[in-house]
Amino acid sequence: MSNREKYNKAFIDSLELEEDQLEGLTYQGVPSWDSVGHMGLISELEDAFDIQFETDDIVDFNSYDKGIELLKKYDIEIE
Amino acid sequence: MDFEKISSIPPFSLGKEEKEKMLTKRLSELTEFHRKNCPEYGRMLKSIGYDEKEVRSYKDLPFLPVRLFKELDLKSVPEEEVVKTMTSSGTSGQAVSRIFLDKDTSANQQKTMVKIVSEFTGSSRMPMIIIDCPGVIKNRAMFSARGAGILGFSIFGSKRIYALDDDMKLDVGGLREFLEKYKGQKILLFGFTFMIWQFFYKELLRLKEEGITFDLSDGILIHGGGWKKLISEAVSHDRFHADLKDICGIEHIHDYYGMVEQTGCIYMECECGHLHSSIYSDIIIRRGSDFSEAPAGEPGIIQVVSTIPESYPGHSLLTEDEGVVLGEDDCPCGRKGKYVKILGRLKEAEIRGCSDTYAAK
Repeated sequence: MSNREKYNKAFIDSLELEEDQLEGLTYQGVPSWDSVGHMGLISELEDAFDIQFETDDIVDFNSYDKGIELLKKYDIEIE
Repeated sequence: MDFEKISSIPPFSLGKEEKEKMLTKRLSELTEFHRKNCPEYGRMLKSIGYDEKEVRSYKDLPFLPVRLFKELDLKSVPEEEVVKTMTSSGTSGQAVSRIFLDKDTSANQQKTMVKIVSEFTGSSRMPMIIIDCPGVIKNRAMFSARGAGILGFSIFGSKRIYALDDDMKLDVGGLREFLEKYKGQKILLFGFTFMIWQFFYKELLRLKEEGITFDLSDGILIHGGGWKKLISEAVSHDRFHADLKDICGIEHIHDYYGMVEQTGCIYMECECGHLHSSIYSDIIIRRGSDFSEAPAGEPGIIQVVSTIPESYPGHSLLTEDEGVVLGEDDCPCGRKGKYVKILGRLKEAEIRGCSDTYAAK
């Protein structure tokens, strides 16, 4: 699986979304991406990429695009 | 002065004068914002003859009784911008506060809470044991204060486990497995004061008689929700610490004071046993007789101010709690700002602490 596929799968699985909902998605933009959903998404991403986010990055992670940018800090490139 | 700028200042870094200047500016602006955007709030200010020109310090700003949030739906944003409604922990039959959050206020609450707590735990995340049941965060759109507390602190957990099941029974096997897996690591424990005592401590005590013990000497325990119920069982702060240490070796224990009406701005207990106000909020002690400010050392009614609330007019509130300022800028722990002691609920105020709601069922 490519990193993009892993990234998308984490959103789809943890927030119960369809692939076509991901583009431009923001925190609180869909009912499932609330604070509970957020912690689930973070866990899912941490497992998928075997990383551990810093607390500040969890707080800053407020959109689908922002997450891609933040993952670069952990040497994860989403092409 | 927007919150972004305030949140870039470290939580315990400002002395009295700098802090007063910053709070006065931000809280005056919030008062003006809510006056314009929350019609009920605007009418209240009008009826008390509020004149912003007379405000020299944030201490001069009007405060609302917290009780008002039980009686009125107060918000300063259009209904469609509300993403989350939080409720206080009233038991059935009691009215609960309803606090309306938009995206920004909700995000700022979490951001602030992380900044404050990191000053006590460090910023790295730890395996976390939540001393509560998973059922507490079931209804996601309507959070109880208990759920909000758990969720807010969950960000510090790298891996999380609920220590209790929905019948409030300790999951002994799950707990043992978790501790085995993360052996040697610093573990974060979080829960509400009374529930920790009732469903965790007492169960550990019982298990000890059966020869089952747990080693939590690498743990750091954060608890909140009030002491009322424990005081009625004659469990003091010191006994709580001593007995928990005795039963599982845990030494790092921090109480915190906070309320759903000002989520994010919590008052954490330092190594010296003092609850600290960060720069994002403050406590003012008021005399019951005329609401003038009581000096350090004199107990009175607690007023809380917070720089966060934008979606609802809750930036300056008179609580139903009693407390006393112990000092300012000179705690031996080195953190600046006021440090206080909470004396409990005002007499005749209703039971409402998070950890007391279970007790009253």
